[in-house]
Amino acid sequence: MKIHLPNSAFLGNIDPFLRGFDPSSPDFLKITANDKWISVHPLVLSMIAALGLTIKSTGNIYCERLEARSKHYLVRMGLFKILNVLSAISVVEHEAAGRFIPVIQIRTSDELTKFITEMIPLLHLESEQAKTIGYIVSELVRNVIEHAQAPNGALLCAQYYKKSNSIRLGIADTGVGIKATINQSYSAGTDIEAIRLALSPGITGTTRREGGTAQNAGAGLFFTKSIASVNRDFFVIYSGKGFYKLLKKHSTVRLSLNADPFVDRHSKENNFPFWQGTLVGVDITLDQTKEFSLLLDAIRKTYSTAVRERRKARYKKARFV
Amino acid sequence: MKRIIVFDRAGEFAENKDVARDIRLQEIIPALTKNEEVVLDFERVGAATQSFIHALISDVIRIYGNDILERITFKSCNDTIRKIVNIVVDYMQDGIGFENDGDIG
Repeated sequence: MKIHLPNSAFLGNIDPFLRGFDPSSPDFLKITANDKWISVHPLVLSMIAALGLTIKSTGNIYCERLEARSKHYLVRMGLFKILNVLSAISVVEHEAAGRFIPVIQIRTSDELTKFITEMIPLLHLESEQAKTIGYIVSELVRNVIEHAQAPNGALLCAQYYKKSNSIRLGIADTGVGIKATINQSYSAGTDIEAIRLALSPGITGTTRREGGTAQNAGAGLFFTKSIASVNRDFFVIYSGKGFYKLLKKHSTVRLSLNADPFVDRHSKENNFPFWQGTLVGVDITLDQTKEFSLLLDAIRKTYSTAVRERRKARYKKARFV
Repeated sequence: MKRIIVFDRAGEFAENKDVARDIRLQEIIPALTKNEEVVLDFERVGAATQSFIHALISDVIRIYGNDILERITFKSCNDTIRKIVNIVVDYMQDGIGFENDGDIG
């Protein structure tokens, strides 16, 4: 496998970076980088960490000597530590609180609860913002733990960006992927169609029954996408060859939620290099974070409408002769 | 009456679905089976995920029907938790009567 860290890869311009990923030769990972400057979304680091953990021998991970002045960032984010490879870059450690969460591996429900308890104070967020970030992390990581069948669990990291006053978050797994999960109960023909179903409220791979199972409702990704949508933030999901990106809404557009992610302003592809598992990236701009309870009003309305429309679609029709 | 202090089990941010399942199976359902009323007390719980609330009550509504909501009381919920409870209660009732497929897991 080959991956190249570019000069810039954030959710708005991440497509070329992902297209450049080479998944061939899965026993070997080669990491190269722009030699001038590297500025990347946490999703990129989570992705590389997840890839690295699939390599059985660290001797099969080759990371070229990094020349970019910003190379220290990768060290501080814990990328080389989690890959267990030497970076030959020395950095002066400084206080992490309020700035970033280095790459972390979460495999169990209890590890997640512990992480959320410790993470929220680390980011020094206001109460409403902490609620939103904690909510997203919980729903996304629990998806991995419960559905991905990923031996390495979820790889997560996050960064606070002062200039945009935003938190950017990336979660990666190398599990079975969304299509395999959804198709336990549905028959999505493509990865992007499976992503569409997974983002719809009340759709879960564990059952076709409305209301889900005792443990799964099929609402976690819909809630997360809704938070990004209402806040006019980016949200990206990539699984198999499918790629979906919720684009920022124009500020003049009246905020509303859609049950069908393809109705939202978005871009999508179904011919990306194959990612065995799922990647999710989300940006949350803190100074425009809508009050969470207001968002829930919109979710309640959209969710109910979606369920009722699905019910109506199954109504038997009267026969007239 | 069975009073369940959610904070004692799930903490300030109620998100662990395993904890919710345990509360449901070990406390809520046994109490309802004995015809007791159940009070879910959310005092000191600042936030909860939809997944947590779903794991806590959805199967109870499915098993006993929506009349069971007359025997369950949600106490000291803040505005956010109240709305999440309402979302779950709504979609479970919307889905009742459409039991057209089995569970995978």
